[in-house]
Amino acid sequence: MEQMTGMIPQLFIDGLTLGFVYAIVALGYTMVYGILEFINFAHSEIFMVGAFVGTEVLLYLQSAGYLTNIPAPLALMIALLVAMILSGTLGVFIERIAYKPVRSAPKLVAFISAIGVSFFLQDAVRLIEGLWKNAFYLSTPKLFSGSIKITGTLEIPEKVIYIMVIAVFMMVGLTLFVNKHKLGKAMRAVAQDRNTASLMSINTDMIISLTFLIGAGLGGAAGTLFSVQYALVHPYVGFVLGMKAFTAAVFGGIGSLPGAMLGGILLGLLEVFGAGFLGILTNGAIGAEYKDVFAFAILIIILIFKPSGLLGKTVGEKV
Amino acid sequence: MKKLGVLFLVLLLTLSAAGCGGGSKPAENSPTGAAPAGAVIKVASVTPLSGSQAAVGESIKNGAQMALEERVEEFKSLGFDLQFSPQDDQADPKVGVSVAQKLIVDNDLLAVVGHWNSGVAIPSSEVYANGNLAMVSPANTANDVTDRELPNVNRICARDDAQGPAGADYAFTELGIKSIFIIQDKTTYGQGVADEFRKQFEAVGGTVLGYEGITAGESDFSAVLEQVRATKAEAVYFGGIYPEGSLLIKQLDEKGIKVKFIGPDGMDSSEVIKIAGDSAIGSVYTSLAADISGTTEGKAFIEKYTQKFSKAPEAYSSYGYDAMNVTLNAIVEAAKGNGGQKPTREQVVAAARATSGFKGVATNVTFNKRGDNTEASIYVYNFVEAKYPPTVAKQIPAAGFLKD
Repeated sequence: MEQMTGMIPQLFIDGLTLGFVYAIVALGYTMVYGILEFINFAHSEIFMVGAFVGTEVLLYLQSAGYLTNIPAPLALMIALLVAMILSGTLGVFIERIAYKPVRSAPKLVAFISAIGVSFFLQDAVRLIEGLWKNAFYLSTPKLFSGSIKITGTLEIPEKVIYIMVIAVFMMVGLTLFVNKHKLGKAMRAVAQDRNTASLMSINTDMIISLTFLIGAGLGGAAGTLFSVQYALVHPYVGFVLGMKAFTAAVFGGIGSLPGAMLGGILLGLLEVFGAGFLGILTNGAIGAEYKDVFAFAILIIILIFKPSGLLGKTVGEKV
Repeated sequence: MKKLGVLFLVLLLTLSAAGCGGGSKPAENSPTGAAPAGAVIKVASVTPLSGSQAAVGESIKNGAQMALEERVEEFKSLGFDLQFSPQDDQADPKVGVSVAQKLIVDNDLLAVVGHWNSGVAIPSSEVYANGNLAMVSPANTANDVTDRELPNVNRICARDDAQGPAGADYAFTELGIKSIFIIQDKTTYGQGVADEFRKQFEAVGGTVLGYEGITAGESDFSAVLEQVRATKAEAVYFGGIYPEGSLLIKQLDEKGIKVKFIGPDGMDSSEVIKIAGDSAIGSVYTSLAADISGTTEGKAFIEKYTQKFSKAPEAYSSYGYDAMNVTLNAIVEAAKGNGGQKPTREQVVAAARATSGFKGVATNVTFNKRGDNTEASIYVYNFVEAKYPPTVAKQIPAAGFLKD
């Protein structure tokens, strides 16, 4: 018991960090769903591309010798910016070639198209990295080494603070943009009714592209933050994480931005606490390897009682 | 647009039909073509040559090819035309079995050097057993490969049930570690080796403070590592492969948890340094692959290999080389027993199992009645600095861990 209480503060920090990464990725799923009502399953691969781009930028800065000269937060900002621009562009590009042509087809077609894009991106990255570096496991350079000691058992690494600050900044920024800005208002209008919105002189194609640009940009940023935190990227890194972030989006209420954030953070905490405590609580009978089963079982139970997710609204069928 | 599509489809169909026709011709001819050349002896290597494990598969094939090409003249003087038949199993059991089926119908083929994956070797070797084809494995470590006691299946490397215990002995006696936290990746390999380690570690008097699983492909191991911190274990044993293992090393270091890291041969990769960097210093792993760079024969092998293939050999290249030589020796012995004539497959199977006192580059070979090599060794590698390959800390004979 004493062992468990001692672990709680540190597990809380670890869970929160993982949760913030889930939350930013979940935002991408929820935005696209909110507007187009379909799950962009390629989002996990956009995340992966973002992780690769961010890592490559940092690796470049390192090999060019800049990493020792410029402050670490600035290097992180550069990596984030490049990753966001590239993955955002990729998102728009994917929408144009894989989703737009099938927009009027049944939802299943777009869904299959998304799975195709996702496999394509995995293999494309593997091919490029394989040809270029003859290895597709990339190790991210160490940016921050310091940590802030709070108590004897609790230490918050510097990079975790940066990740949390950036994540909160992005989530607040996105919420403000969607609620206050004119384009955000247009996005909400398109989400409500695409046809009527287009009659109100809203360029729906442009708004959809913008949605993908922002969603994919956030996915790329999450990828970079992920690679800084966990220090290893490979072409298949997006799959498991994407699945979990998608679940987090459903958990929080798909289509709802605050829901995605809440879902992500809760899932991260559930997972880390599950991994930390399951073995101790059950005396080794159920170990950390069952943490996902545990987390998903809780999600299913909650969704049974609140099918629209924690913060989702039950919307009446559109007529 | 539609017409163009139809045209394209027709073109595609014609092309593929032509391809099929072209492919089936040599197959029809081969039985008649093989009849006059009775002195042809073929030996196959079966390793993954495509897919994600192609690199290691190719390094084994290259080693085997080198050994075979060096002995073509010797076979010519005996009246045989020795030929090499490299095959690709794609690290996939289904492909492995179909390759095996293809091999057993080739009458000139007398033996197989392979495979890389135990999961491929086990079903494929059942097919070889039906065709009486001798198999000498350079790299399969699963106990089941030889525990089925097939007369044709042999291996020159040590077994899984030697590796875990050897690691446990080393940790307890040489490193003086009394308490350990075990993490495994839930795969047959990882869990298997972790369980063997646990048994032996407890048997010699050590305490296992925790036994947890992680999921391969994940990146966040913080919760499990917090448990390591909370239990105050002196060391972590990890049953699994290098992507997760290297991350564990790195995250342990980043979290400031000062424990020794011990792993199995899944950690035997240059990627460990790329991923974990300086955090790897002080980590230890056991491997079945020898570091041959210290011996004269080893140095000569590395030089020849590098010259021939324009790249440095990998850990298992020398095992491919030795496995091929064991196989060719068996064929020569079988031919002697057959009055200098081309031996039958049964004779080769018997001669391969009778291998004794073979001196190779990577390992000496004497097979016991199961086909396990009693002279195989386990090597303990220690990352003294962040450099691959690390230094060999100890060579442990595997014979002590072999049953009967």
